[in-house]
Amino acid sequence: MTKGWKLYDQRLAWILVAPVLLLLILLLLLPIAMMTVYTFFTFVTAGVESAVLTFDNWKEFLTDSYYHGFLWKTVRVGAITAVICAILGYFPAYFIWATTFRHKWLLLLLLIVPFWISFTIRTFSWIHILGEQGLINVVLIRLGVISEPLPMLYTEGAVIMGLLHFLLPYMILNVYVSLESIDRTLIAAARSMGCTSAQAFREVTLPLSMPGLGAGLLLCFVLAAGSYVTPQLLGGSRDALFGNLIYDTIMGQLNWPMGATLSIVLFVLLGAAAAAYSRYMGLSQIMKGLSA
Amino acid sequence: MHDDNSHDQQPRPASAGAAGDQLAQSERQPTGMPAVEFRDIDIFYGKFAAVRDFSLAIRKGSFVTLLGPSGCGKTTILRSIAGLVDISSGQISIGGKRVDDIPIYKRNIGLVFQNYALFPHKNVFDNVAFGLKYRNVPKPEIVRRVKKALDMVRLPGSETKLPSQLSGGQQQRIALARAIVFEPEVLLLDEPLSALDANMREDMRVEIKKIQRETGITAIFVTHDQEEALSMSDHIVVMNAGLIEQIGSPAQVYDQPATAFVANFLGKANMLPGSVTVMDGKMAMIALASGHVVKVAAPKALATGSAVTVVVRPQKLTVGTAGAANRLAGRIVSTSYLGGNAVYEIDIGAGTLVRANTLIDGQPLREGEAVDVCFGPLGCVLLDAQGLRIA
Repeated sequence: MTKGWKLYDQRLAWILVAPVLLLLILLLLLPIAMMTVYTFFTFVTAGVESAVLTFDNWKEFLTDSYYHGFLWKTVRVGAITAVICAILGYFPAYFIWATTFRHKWLLLLLLIVPFWISFTIRTFSWIHILGEQGLINVVLIRLGVISEPLPMLYTEGAVIMGLLHFLLPYMILNVYVSLESIDRTLIAAARSMGCTSAQAFREVTLPLSMPGLGAGLLLCFVLAAGSYVTPQLLGGSRDALFGNLIYDTIMGQLNWPMGATLSIVLFVLLGAAAAAYSRYMGLSQIMKGLSA
Repeated sequence: MHDDNSHDQQPRPASAGAAGDQLAQSERQPTGMPAVEFRDIDIFYGKFAAVRDFSLAIRKGSFVTLLGPSGCGKTTILRSIAGLVDISSGQISIGGKRVDDIPIYKRNIGLVFQNYALFPHKNVFDNVAFGLKYRNVPKPEIVRRVKKALDMVRLPGSETKLPSQLSGGQQQRIALARAIVFEPEVLLLDEPLSALDANMREDMRVEIKKIQRETGITAIFVTHDQEEALSMSDHIVVMNAGLIEQIGSPAQVYDQPATAFVANFLGKANMLPGSVTVMDGKMAMIALASGHVVKVAAPKALATGSAVTVVVRPQKLTVGTAGAANRLAGRIVSTSYLGGNAVYEIDIGAGTLVRANTLIDGQPLREGEAVDVCFGPLGCVLLDAQGLRIA
């Protein structure tokens, strides 16, 4: 049976890859294909659709500004979150990289610690901070700074805050990994040729850490734009994102063909962002960040 | 362990000790400010003394090598000139100006790193132009000087290439161009050849030396490779465990090692321990531990019975017939055939092995053959019980 097999045999390679390939086909490609087919089904009434093929769902999505508004809002919230993450995340990443503290791993561990608590519970915790009876409002009222509680919860700001809380570690790790790959003698070289440390940062450190920053931006954008729990818990009805719209269409209206259409739209949008990134930066940077 | 020069040279930089004499002799201009001067430098990392009592004056335009094994403090000294390492005490002057408190970016030094340290995101032009840009040199002048520097390292026309498109040797040339283009007061080279393969290394050795001559720049070169040090340097500073062992010209440190460490580190000299039996005029008769008695020229009268070590270079030993004064009977343990010559390891009894590097006349001798090893009384150095050269 094993006669004639070489160490790096093609057949062996296929056998080793087969389980993963099978899983990907069964659990990813097949469902997406089925959903794509669903987008062409006819919606009859809540919970009922017929297999009569039609372009109605796509026509509705392309013409109804209701959907365009959600799409734009999702892109905007995703972009704002990603950019704020980049600005807030660069400093801790730089600090962890630059510190002479002997136990760096402890600092990196601190970044991982939040992941030990369920993401949903972490999101819930913001209700007790931002809510009308939350920490901030109660303290401000007790201090007499305000008389009426500030409306902070159930706003877009609260949603972005929750997303930042969730996504910052991803950004920090990505930037940190790309900083860590910079050869420090490059900075010494720049300084020896006349750069102040700020100039050396601008000439060497920042440009060479751009791949990590880019990977972090992409990851944060994709995760924020695809988020569902955070806007559901921290946002008002006006602050729903595309994910909530899909949930509502499928679970509320029981309109599966339209829900499938919206899902494919989000999938293509986020896929396009990742494709554009990998075209210019290479996706391997993200893998590096995630495995750090 | 400690050579007198490193202490005594300091107050009279150009006249103390053998090394100081040599510095003075080889100086073309009779006087002048040293290009780089170290006074009593100590460098501590926590409690660990990386460098102690380091004093050295480097003449303008000379090529000085800091030579020693890894961890001897040579790189630390180099980095302290650049301002990448803080000195714990003492003072460093460049061109007569103290630089201890001058930040690195104002020191005007060129630095070439072992791993090249070219900016990977900048092309060759931007790499070489980097130092000029931060010296506010006008653009046309930058273009002209970058071109000149690239011509000098024999890579003209490579301006638009990225470092990743160049070979290791080419990258090191660009690094050299980048370090000399703004005409720094000192060029610091931190083991610049060790990442190159053997053939490339020899070419670059010649090239670096040539460029240093042409530009007349003061160069400080750090290496652990004695061949590089001997072939390139005007002066060699041999360091060990944070201390200077000897300062001198390549011929001086090779032929007259000041300490046992220098004798051993440069060219693995034969060290034959023994004791003086009798002085015969200027000659000392020495009974070796191996049982032989040899006659060696002594620079001064030695007390009978005093312990000495006879240092003989492998090249000074002949194998076989030559009628030299000292003849030690032994047996060949190993033969390394090197083409024109061969290195023999010879057991001369009492567990003493000597190495002889001789020209081959006919067939190389075979292992196990009984031979006589001979050396003349003049070609040796005597070390005292402390391992210091008897002068």
